[in-house]
Parts: sequence; C-alpha cells; structure tokens
Amino acid sequence: MASNPMTQFNVHRIGPEIKIGTFDISFTNASLFMIISSVAILLIFNLGSKKNSLIPNKIQLLAELSYMFVSKMISDTAGLKAKPYFAFIFSLFMFVLFCNMFGMIPYTFTVTSHIIVTFVLAAFIFIGVTVIGFIKHGFGYLKLFVPSGVPAVLLPLIVVIEIISYLSRPISLSVRLFANMMAGHTMMKVFGGFVISLGIVGGWLPLSFSVALTGLEILVAFLQAYVFAILTCIYLNDALNLHH
Amino acid sequence: MIKKIYFQSIFFSFLFSLEAFAAESGGMPQLNPEFWISQIFWLTLTFGILYIILSKLILPKISDNLESRKSQILENIEAAEKQRENSEEKLKEYEKIVSKSKLEAKDIFNQAREKALKDINAKKEVLNRQIDEEIDKAEQEIKELQNGAAEKINKIAIETSSELIQKLIGAEVNNSSISAIVDDLSKRSGDKYYGN
Repeated sequence: MASNPMTQFNVHRIGPEIKIGTFDISFTNASLFMIISSVAILLIFNLGSKKNSLIPNKIQLLAELSYMFVSKMISDTAGLKAKPYFAFIFSLFMFVLFCNMFGMIPYTFTVTSHIIVTFVLAAFIFIGVTVIGFIKHGFGYLKLFVPSGVPAVLLPLIVVIEIISYLSRPISLSVRLFANMMAGHTMMKVFGGFVISLGIVGGWLPLSFSVALTGLEILVAFLQAYVFAILTCIYLNDALNLHH
Repeated sequence: MIKKIYFQSIFFSFLFSLEAFAAESGGMPQLNPEFWISQIFWLTLTFGILYIILSKLILPKISDNLESRKSQILENIEAAEKQRENSEEKLKEYEKIVSKSKLEAKDIFNQAREKALKDINAKKEVLNRQIDEEIDKAEQEIKELQNGAAEKINKIAIETSSELIQKLIGAEVNNSSISAIVDDLSKRSGDKYYGN
C-alpha cells in the first residue's frame, strides 16, 4: 500500500540531540541536504574557477555561464547599482536551485519544501532590502508607498494598499517557493503510490504521468529558483532606484 | 471479460488506495514547529558559509577569469589588426614594385621595338635603294636594247634582203642601195610595228 504522500516532508533527527539553552538545533535530514547542496555548489564552482584556460573546459564553462546568467539577470532588473549584492543573489539562486534539484532525486529531502526555510530566506531579503532602502534614501524611502500621478482623493487608499503589498512580499516570496515544491512532490508521490497500488495491470497510466511530472518538476525547480532570485532583484531595484 | 476484470481491478485499487490515504493522512510536517529552530540554525550556518566562500574566494576568481579572457581576446584582436595593417602595407609595397617593374618592362619593350623598327626601316631603305638601282639599271638596259633593236632589225632586214635577192636573182646587189630601201620602208611602216 502507498504511504502517506506527506511523510516525505518529515524532518527527523540524525545523530544525537543537540541543544543550546532551550533551543533544539539537532542535525536533521534537512540540515544534511542543506550541507550537501552547499558542498555541491562549492565543489562545482571551485572546479570551475580553478584553472583559467583561454578555452574553458566543460565545468569552467558551466561556472562561467551561471556567473554571466546571474549577472545579466541582476543588471537587467536592478541596474549597475546592484553590483555589491551580486554575490548574495548568486548564492541565493544557486542554493535554492541546488536544494530544489537535489529534492528531485528519489529518497532525498527537499529543503525548500519547508515554509520555515523559505520564510527565513524571504524575511532576510525583506529586512535587508528595507534596510538598504532606508540607508540609501533615508525617510525618502517612504515615498515608495506614494505613487506619483495619483489623484489626492485616492491617495489614502493607495498608500494602504501599497503598504500591505510591501509587507506581504516576504510571505508571497516564501509561500510561492514552498507551495510549488510541496505540491509538486506531493503530486509525484501520489502518482507513484497509484503505480504501486494499481500494480502491473493498471499502473502504466500513473507511471507515465509520473514520468511527465518528473520533467515538469525539474522545470519548476529551476523556474522557482529563478523567480525567487529575480524577485529579490526587483525588490532590491525598488530599494536602490526609487522610482515613485 | 478480460476488459471487465481490468477495469474492475483499476476501480478497486483506486478505492483501496484512497482509503489508505484517508487513513494515514495527518497534518503537514512543515507546520510542526519541532525542528524549526534547528532548520533556521542550519540554514543560517550553511547559507552563511556558502555566501562567504562564494563571495570571498570563488566569484572573484571567476570574474578575474572572465576579465582576463576578455582582455586577452581584445589583445589578440589588436595584434591581429596590427598584423593585418602590416600585411596591407606590405601588399601595397609589393604592388608598387610590381607596377614599377611593369613600367620598366614596358619601357624596355618599347625601346626594343623602336630599335627593331629603326633597323627594319634602315634595312628596308637600303634594300629599296638597291632595288631601285637594279630597276634603273634594268630599265636602262631595256632602253638600250630597245634603242639598239631598230638598227639590228634594219641590219638583219638588209642582210636577209640581200641574201634573198642573191638567191632570187643570182646577182650581187649593193648593200648600200638595199639599206636605203629598207630604211625607207621601215620609216614608212615603223609606226605600224612599234606602235609608238
């Protein structure tokens, strides 16, 4: 019988319980896959930047193409002023991408399918962007909530809407990634369960769905990492170049 | 029959699996706060280390690699450009030499031709002169012969007539009287024979 499709998201302790004060910071499978993703990123990009040959080999090409991809994404959305934040956005994109992609391997754990992980990332981005905005523009950053060219009668309403939309940024950013990852993996698990329960006779239909879903989920894994990074760029752009 | 069994099996297995899901389903593990602190801690740790290593060690290296490649390519392009200019100059020089030598060759050719023409003309003139001389000589000879012809004919006529007369008559005739007759005849009909 198929197991519960949600059990794949269970976090369990690996090794002993570690406590700092009252906080439980035990090493879990989530931590394991965070470390695996980070180590994989570091390995690939270390190999890709070790040798500086005029004609790059495959791994160097991979590293350089990712570098140029992210740097183009940042300069397109946030302009040249965002250059100091390149390393952060690059790490963010790579971390989310690798966590998503490692989640696609069977029997692994998807770090980004946990709301707490995505929310911490999104909250950090939100706070960081807000701080950058206030540092760059002082209280003028509040003009972000007052769009130009709006009739005075509508202004109170617009300002309230703008503030709400600004405050909901971390929530929408984190929930988007988390929900996409969780929904995709749950769906794949459900179809996988159907394959087992329908057996050799009827299992072919859900199996084909499962294969198609795997392709779709790999696309979603890349796309959500891209969306996460590009939304960060857009928020950064608001903070760096005040448009209103 | 087989079809029926097939569809029934699909239907039942769906039912069973749905029951199984209903029985086992609990809440979302994501909303269980048991390991939230642990996840936050490990996320901060791993992402922080990742960020520091990437930003301090790896990304500057990649950026350097890209820059150095860019500058190397630019240098190579510049060098190639310089070499192209050089070769163009050399090509121009070469063309100049070729055109100069062509002119020289033309000059030499023209000179040779003129010389040859001069030689030919000179030889031609000499030949012409020789030919003219020969022609003159021949004409003179012809004239002499023409002039001499009438006298000879007269002489032959006189001799023939004297012999004829001797044979016909059998008597010696004075040559002078015959020559007088012949002169007279030839004077009368000379115009008819010579046409001039």
